[in-house]
Amino acid sequence: MATATTTPARRRRQIPVVHQLRQSVGLQRGMLVAGLVLMGLFLITAVFAPLLAPYGYGQLRDADGAFGAQLPPSADHLLGTTVGGYDVLSRVVYGSRTALYVIVIAVLLSIVAGVLLGLVSGYFGGWLDRVLVVIADAVYAFPTLLLAIVVAIVISGGQSTMWGGIFAAALSITVVFIPQYFRVVRAETVRIKSEAYIESARVIGASNWRIMTKHVLRNATRTLPLILTLNASEAILTLAGLGFLGFGIQPTKAAEWGYDLNRALSDVTSGIWWTSIFPGAAIVLTVLGLTLVGESLNDLADPRLRTRRRAADTPGADAQVSVVPGGTLAAPGGVADLETGADR
Amino acid sequence: MSTVVDITDLQISFATDSGTVDAVTGVSLQVQAGEVLAIVGESGSGKTVTARSILGLLPETARVRGAVVLSAKDGTSAQDVVPLRGSQLREVRGHDAAMVFQEPSTSLNPVYPVGWQIIEGLRAHGKLGKKEARAKAIDVLRRVGIPDPEHRVDHYPHQFSGGQKQRIVIAQALVLDPGVIIADEPTTALDVTVQAEILELLRRCRDDFGAAIVLITHNMGVVADLADRVAVMYRGEIVEQADVRTLFSAPQNAYTQQLLAAVPRLGQGVEHTRERAARRTEGWAEAAPVVEARDLRIVYPGRLRQPDFTAVDGVSFAIRPGEVLGLVGESGSGKSTIGRAIAGLTKVSDGSLQVLGTEMNGFKERSFRPVRERIGFVFQDPASSFNPLLTIAEAVAEPLVVHKRAKDPGAARGRVDELLEAVQLPKAFGDRYPHELSGGQRQRASLARGLALQPELLIADEPTSALDVSVQARVLELFDQLQRELGFAALFISHDLAVVDLLADKIAVLYRGELVEEGTGAEVLGAPEHPYTRRLLASLPVPDPDDQARRRTAWNALRAAD
Repeated sequence: MATATTTPARRRRQIPVVHQLRQSVGLQRGMLVAGLVLMGLFLITAVFAPLLAPYGYGQLRDADGAFGAQLPPSADHLLGTTVGGYDVLSRVVYGSRTALYVIVIAVLLSIVAGVLLGLVSGYFGGWLDRVLVVIADAVYAFPTLLLAIVVAIVISGGQSTMWGGIFAAALSITVVFIPQYFRVVRAETVRIKSEAYIESARVIGASNWRIMTKHVLRNATRTLPLILTLNASEAILTLAGLGFLGFGIQPTKAAEWGYDLNRALSDVTSGIWWTSIFPGAAIVLTVLGLTLVGESLNDLADPRLRTRRRAADTPGADAQVSVVPGGTLAAPGGVADLETGADR
Repeated sequence: MSTVVDITDLQISFATDSGTVDAVTGVSLQVQAGEVLAIVGESGSGKTVTARSILGLLPETARVRGAVVLSAKDGTSAQDVVPLRGSQLREVRGHDAAMVFQEPSTSLNPVYPVGWQIIEGLRAHGKLGKKEARAKAIDVLRRVGIPDPEHRVDHYPHQFSGGQKQRIVIAQALVLDPGVIIADEPTTALDVTVQAEILELLRRCRDDFGAAIVLITHNMGVVADLADRVAVMYRGEIVEQADVRTLFSAPQNAYTQQLLAAVPRLGQGVEHTRERAARRTEGWAEAAPVVEARDLRIVYPGRLRQPDFTAVDGVSFAIRPGEVLGLVGESGSGKSTIGRAIAGLTKVSDGSLQVLGTEMNGFKERSFRPVRERIGFVFQDPASSFNPLLTIAEAVAEPLVVHKRAKDPGAARGRVDELLEAVQLPKAFGDRYPHELSGGQRQRASLARGLALQPELLIADEPTSALDVSVQARVLELFDQLQRELGFAALFISHDLAVVDLLADKIAVLYRGELVEEGTGAEVLGAPEHPYTRRLLASLPVPDPDDQARRRTAWNALRAAD
């Protein structure tokens, strides 16, 4: 915890997640740590997939001949093989890679487009704003998956190479997510636009472009990391959904959890559990990890939801923080600031 | 007299992100029945927290030690509220002690009629029938001075004016006939003329209802007007406690003396203005004005079939080079709108407004941009007028960078340091972020930013109204000194006549968008002509109990005459 500082501490450039980790206590900390561990596992698996997987994702045979279909877990195939004769473990491991690609591309594209549109729309307003809001609302009206399917067909045109499939999935997710970023950034921009520091920049004579990039953008994007983590989990679900419905990637091009689940559909009734449990568990755990991180960051960012350590029993432990020499300092003391959070 | 509230050795600490913070350290206080105790102090001195502890109204992060013994009005019971929880606490709230909040517009629920909200308190404590409760609500509304209460009891909060809303909040507190009412800055959000009426009502709460009042305020004029006894708080401790006359005439503690000295008093500026006038060079009055408004009209278009709102209606005035014009008026009088129009933030609807030779009626942003270089602006709230992500140096350098006097904030640092020094801030503060500065320091930085381009005209929109009295005095002094050194013309907008009087060469009084009076401080304050100015002057409480009692009588006479 912070020791007594008689002058306001210089704000260090805090590393986002580490800072929140330090700040959290109790259950919130547990949730955040659990989420971070799951996310870490996912990232490590994705990055080191070729080292971790015993076979390739499209491999059907090795030196001893074909693997054979629907084999139960054994020493050769730790998680068994699928109906198509692929190694389940390898496909689950490589599947994380595909998922990561899709998340990164989808989130990057939708953030860039959504933030830019939201900024322009919120800052200038007028007819452009109205048109963009209507379009965003219209996109909302479509079922996410249906829209993603349409975009997937348009982009890949039935072809499904690895990158074609990944881009089809990523772009279809992008289309669905742009309105979300658009709305958040637009709402923030509209709020920030009326703040006094924007007016003060305008009085100084700063150009619109300068005000947008220097003053609005940086203040408007503070909540984005939260939506980002939550959207990443949605992206995985959409990708899995596409794969499950058969709009994913061919098994020989890349491994994809949704596709494997689809193929495992018939196995479930015949008691073959290993083909569906493992890809399913992979989806659940990854989504759970991302959601936990997103939700805890969200709670920690809000001083009203953030739990704190109880005030110390012994007075004066690290007291006198409130009192700043030289008169009234609103910064760390002051009752008003206790509730709004001193870290604003 | 019996003691209603007895606070012994109260200590309150808060759990915050940066560790435990002690807000109150060892406060002992007594409130006698039927007296008004004022707790004064700067923001962060712990006055609100102390008063709230009487009702157990502290946030969950607070830790309270000590005893707060609250007695019932009839003296039948007395109990310590600190350990109380849940239903026991609810029993005490409203019945033994009630609260009046600062902002009447947010302390009433907008979706329920006011009568319902008053009855809510009655139903929580008694087994009154619907009819009885309603009759009681109507009765209390009448007693706090709401006209036509039988009818208005069913109205919603938005149908009342700010002053009336505060009356309703007071009615809500009075209806259960509590022994003590805690009034947390009850008049801060209100205009001076309304403030006088609410103070009168609070005085009646004491006299007619026999309630003791704990008045939390930073306004020494209000203290002088209403309080019987005063407790001065500083850094979580009570530094002085005395009878109101004793405190104002012979303050013992150094801090109290400093606080009282910092309060601006009416008429202080007359001598100052004369000095300034004497220093002027010949031909000054003939110089082309920096700002000239002729029949200026500013209209905000109404939305959704609502009529247009005329904020400024036919106002004419001029500011000559090096002159400080003080613009006074209550909220909604259009004073800020005029300032914003001069800075090009609001469009002029009709008439003419010449700013540094440029006509603002129908101006183009592109052609006005060079003129902006010659105008500085200081905003009301120093907390929000700085981008939270830029350091103070970057913010002060912004005008220099925008107008290409410097390539980037780094290159402007030399000039920024000079400016910070001019406003008496240490150079090192340039590397801090706005939230690391106090309100007064931020406002000084804001002044540095306004002066960065050596403007010919500075517009200051209520630059000290968000600051504590002692800080306000320092900022005003600095403003005056800089104005003398740099010689810029200034439009100083404020709702506080005493503050404007300190600085301005000329005072203009706005009332509902119209300029009702203009002249030097001596003219406007000494011999006001317009009835509104007279009312405004009479309702301004002065920090001297005896003087204020006389003024109050005069105010009552003036009101009776209307």
